[in-house]
Amino acid sequence: MDAILLQFLNGLDKGGAYALIALGLTLVFGTLGVVNFAHGALFMLGAFCAVTFNKLLSLEKVVAHPTEKTAWGTPVEIRTPYVEAWLGDFGAFLVNYSVPFSIIVAIPVMLVIGIVMERGLIKHFYKRPHADQILVTFGLAIVLQEIIKHYFGANPIPQAAPAVVAGSADIGAWLGLGDGLVYPWWRLVYFGFAAAVIAAVFAFLQFTTYGMVVRAGMRDSETVGLLGINIQKRFTVVFGIAAVVAGLAGVMYTPILPPDYHMGMDFLVLSFVVVVVGGMGSLPGAVLAGFLLGILQSFASMNAVMSIFPGINQIIIYLVAVVILLTMPRGLLGREGVMEE
Amino acid sequence: MKQMFNREPFALAAFSLVILLMPIWLTPFGANYPDLLQKFAIFAIFAMGFNILFGLTGYLSFGHAAFLGVGSYAAVWSFKLFTMNVLPAIFFGVAFAGLFALVIGYVSLRRSGIYFSILTLAFAQMSYSLAYSVLTPITNGETGLQLTLQDPRILDRLTTEAGDGLPSTTLFGLSMSGYSGFYFCAVVLIICFFITRRIFNSPFGLTLRGIKSNQNRMGYTGFNTRPYTLTAFVISGMFAGLAGSLMAVTDPLAGAERMQWTASGEVVLMTILGGVGTLVGPMIGAWVIKYFENIFSSFNKATLENFYSFLPESLQEIAVSVSGLFVGEGWHLTLGVLFMLIVIFLPGGIMEGWRLLLRRFGGGSGNKSEPAAVAQPAE
Amino acid sequence: MSKLTMTRRGLLKAGAASGVALAAPLSFVRGAHAESFCNMPTGSTVTLGFNVPQSGPYADEGADELRAYQLAVKHLNGEGDGGLLNTFSSKALKGNGILGKKVEFVTGDTQTKSDAARASAKRMIEKDGAIMITGGSSSGVAVAVQGLCQEMGVIFMAGLTHSNDTTGKDKKRFGFRHFFNAYQSGLALGPILADQLGTDRTAYHLTADYNWGWTQEESIKNTTEGLGWQTANAVRTPLGAGDFSQYLTPVLNSGADVLVLNHYGKDMVNSLTQAVQFGMREKQVNGKDFQIVVPLFSRLMAQGAGENIKGILGTTNWNWSLQDEGSQAFVKSFGQEYGFPPSQAAQTCYVQALLYADACERAGSFEPPAVIEALEGFEFDGMGNGSTLYRAADHQCFKEVLVVKGNEAPSSQFDLLEVVKIVPRDQVTYDASIFGGDLGPSDVRKC
Repeated sequence: MDAILLQFLNGLDKGGAYALIALGLTLVFGTLGVVNFAHGALFMLGAFCAVTFNKLLSLEKVVAHPTEKTAWGTPVEIRTPYVEAWLGDFGAFLVNYSVPFSIIVAIPVMLVIGIVMERGLIKHFYKRPHADQILVTFGLAIVLQEIIKHYFGANPIPQAAPAVVAGSADIGAWLGLGDGLVYPWWRLVYFGFAAAVIAAVFAFLQFTTYGMVVRAGMRDSETVGLLGINIQKRFTVVFGIAAVVAGLAGVMYTPILPPDYHMGMDFLVLSFVVVVVGGMGSLPGAVLAGFLLGILQSFASMNAVMSIFPGINQIIIYLVAVVILLTMPRGLLGREGVMEE
Repeated sequence: MKQMFNREPFALAAFSLVILLMPIWLTPFGANYPDLLQKFAIFAIFAMGFNILFGLTGYLSFGHAAFLGVGSYAAVWSFKLFTMNVLPAIFFGVAFAGLFALVIGYVSLRRSGIYFSILTLAFAQMSYSLAYSVLTPITNGETGLQLTLQDPRILDRLTTEAGDGLPSTTLFGLSMSGYSGFYFCAVVLIICFFITRRIFNSPFGLTLRGIKSNQNRMGYTGFNTRPYTLTAFVISGMFAGLAGSLMAVTDPLAGAERMQWTASGEVVLMTILGGVGTLVGPMIGAWVIKYFENIFSSFNKATLENFYSFLPESLQEIAVSVSGLFVGEGWHLTLGVLFMLIVIFLPGGIMEGWRLLLRRFGGGSGNKSEPAAVAQPAE
Repeated sequence: MSKLTMTRRGLLKAGAASGVALAAPLSFVRGAHAESFCNMPTGSTVTLGFNVPQSGPYADEGADELRAYQLAVKHLNGEGDGGLLNTFSSKALKGNGILGKKVEFVTGDTQTKSDAARASAKRMIEKDGAIMITGGSSSGVAVAVQGLCQEMGVIFMAGLTHSNDTTGKDKKRFGFRHFFNAYQSGLALGPILADQLGTDRTAYHLTADYNWGWTQEESIKNTTEGLGWQTANAVRTPLGAGDFSQYLTPVLNSGADVLVLNHYGKDMVNSLTQAVQFGMREKQVNGKDFQIVVPLFSRLMAQGAGENIKGILGTTNWNWSLQDEGSQAFVKSFGQEYGFPPSQAAQTCYVQALLYADACERAGSFEPPAVIEALEGFEFDGMGNGSTLYRAADHQCFKEVLVVKGNEAPSSQFDLLEVVKIVPRDQVTYDASIFGGDLGPSDVRKC
């Protein structure tokens, strides 16, 4: 029972991550009609916002030790972090909370990156064939990735969650289910965060006039344009939002998955699968598919399941994708005619 | 149409000449060594076959590497079980890849557009994951399927004793490594080119193009498009299987990573880079990408210093450090920049650039040197 | 490209097959008659091929390997402080290149993929005339390139590869491994585990689902079960899983009190980070502290895992904090050149390059059979792992193995591993026949 409950939690947590990554992708892919292979790179850039912010906070003043030498003969370096030296306890507090604080940094940075990307590149590709979009965004993804590799190296860079949420929550005790049931605080935080961001994006599109126009534009940009609304500008904003969502997913994921330059590519294929299984052009579909695949993946990895179907954990996501696409022609909640040509 | 067929012998001769003379004209580029020449020929076949599906029907398969992998495994198993002769290996490689393509194509072609792409991707990823882990007894997993001294090789044993070391692949006694391997692949490539050209110009090819430009309208005329797209899918899968078995012929090893999505993505990029739907574009795209992977990645600091040795020292240092970002471990960066530049400035790929050049300088009469390109925009 | 010398005799053989196009390339053939083995150096230089991962997850390790190779070339050519040439027990190398020929090198990117690694090695052999190939940072690549080198008659000095197969069932006459293997990890780790964790434990394995993972799981399981431990379960995880939570939660209630992570590189960094998040370091099971063991780890991985690595037990081939003369000499010349200490990958690669050069000197020839003979059964010292034997039966090096743990109080950003014990060579020596395999012939192929 505990095992099933824990796997369900894992599934929700994974699903939250998948949904968050797929959400930004589906905004661009399923609604603007751009196959954005650079979406994974945006996720990675978000994570590296957190890394950079942490690096800035832990910049150190380096002084050579007068006498002591290292094993290779250079003087030993004495390092004192600037922030703690200047700000004392508050500095230590900043460093401790660097991951959540990076959100504040990541939002404007990712927004700017998204807008520059859309204005500078993507804008010219709305009317081009999907093949061209794939090539140009894949090229961009490689370029972004290599830039990060050049500055940060290929090795993962660990980011610690704040000390308060470093441990595990004793869920079993809350629910009166015994003490075997613990779950990491940070993963609960991540799930909550994912839910909040998803809700915010939906609220924006659903309940604001701006969002309404965007939604109309997604359906029929020409008509909306004829009504005298500058739909281009709104698309830029949508792209910016997508970049921010991807970036935030990256920032918050860093304590779970130490970021490296390749993490975006690792998630790229998966996020496309989630979007398509959800159905093109459907935001709720992407979220639903994210959670569905996350939960199924968790359950497929249970030892009991794996002993019956060896290797099922390796292929479950793709297997589910095939079954869904064959039984439901447009994925879970897809609209007719979107990217079917 | 008639005119084209009249020109066929000429086109074929010109193409053959270009391919067979590769060891000479690639010398200034530092690319005339057997392994890379073989890869050029093999990936040209792979991309050409992929283009039969993508270029003609518009169906974008994201799992074509699976057929390449199946072709490789089948060929290596043929070497292990039966004989080191390459012809049975190629036969099995093509046949198994064709069968596999038939099954996957039959299922995947029930959907179109992005849904089709994801279905093919899913099948290929499943093949990759299983080959890497659970199917290790068949595929030898991460290490890749290799020849061993204990292999039965039934047919070879009938005539000869097992030697001391591992035997090499042969075409009736002619070793298939090195340059002879390249010429073998080159001849196969020329045959494939001939077939592809025929397909492009046949009524079948025209039908496929009709499906691409408007499948619904084709349907309304009472035309069942499915058998046609499935045929194209199987043919292109067999091309991939052929490429895979040739990889095993020139180097008898088959690894699971040949089936990974990145490998499928690579052939998509090759095709788009060269020019979707053109006859020789995908081949050129394949050459560009393989050239970067093999030659640009090999430049190191010492090579660069050598290259810039004519500059004064301070300038040399700057030149080395700047270009060092783009070669050696930075070769991916160059590839990324190249992708972007080509697609931004030459929509339609490298072949588009070629046509622009011809229009500007040749006034259209220069078509001879590019005999076979069928001017067909990407989509 | 300065080398037009790359076309070679393969062309002659191809002549029969190709007809038309052949006449011209023949004119490029160089010294086709003088060579008696693959890439015999005829000029005043000799070319080595350094095949390391420059892209993909192990790019940092590859960069460190390349640094080590460049340093080795310098030392072989008599530049710099001479490095380990001074401490190496064999005094055949004189700092004037190899057999009087200046050492040059070419580099390539394995991408940590068998196909790419083989293509890159072939380029070095066919085009650049490399006489020896070395490097790599995964067992799949090592086995694939080793097979290629056997076919082409070129010596392969493996870089970082830890699978039993490299010198076990896939061993080759032309392939040599200095790095230790999973079986030795098990032998070295066993007594320390018994000592520090006791003999009444229950282990839970998470294993990367491919060749290397399996051999390590098997080796560690055999060792721990020999100590009297139970094995609760051994679960295979897909390579590059990223999030391991679904494999970690079952550990919590399995009754196991030790988690063994048979993961390497990024997988290990992720699974360890997440295991710690699941509270496995503070956990108490059966009245004992829950423990995590990572049988193979390296300083670069420790860096990726950050705080989480502290106190975790594992084994490593070499660490820069060793105090013997050879290690110190190497750390000194590497550190002075690059400003930081070398990783274990760098050390094994540097040593491999020197061992090859030394074998050529002692053989008095570059001819592979002679070099192989010089390496087989070669006994040496002063390279940082104590006295070492290149066993003739399987081309595996036997030397001390380090049991380490993540340093609780590092004195610098490089001081991440603390050596718990240096396990002597005879404790990690095993019978060569247990893994099967066949070295194959050492006849001279003309590639």
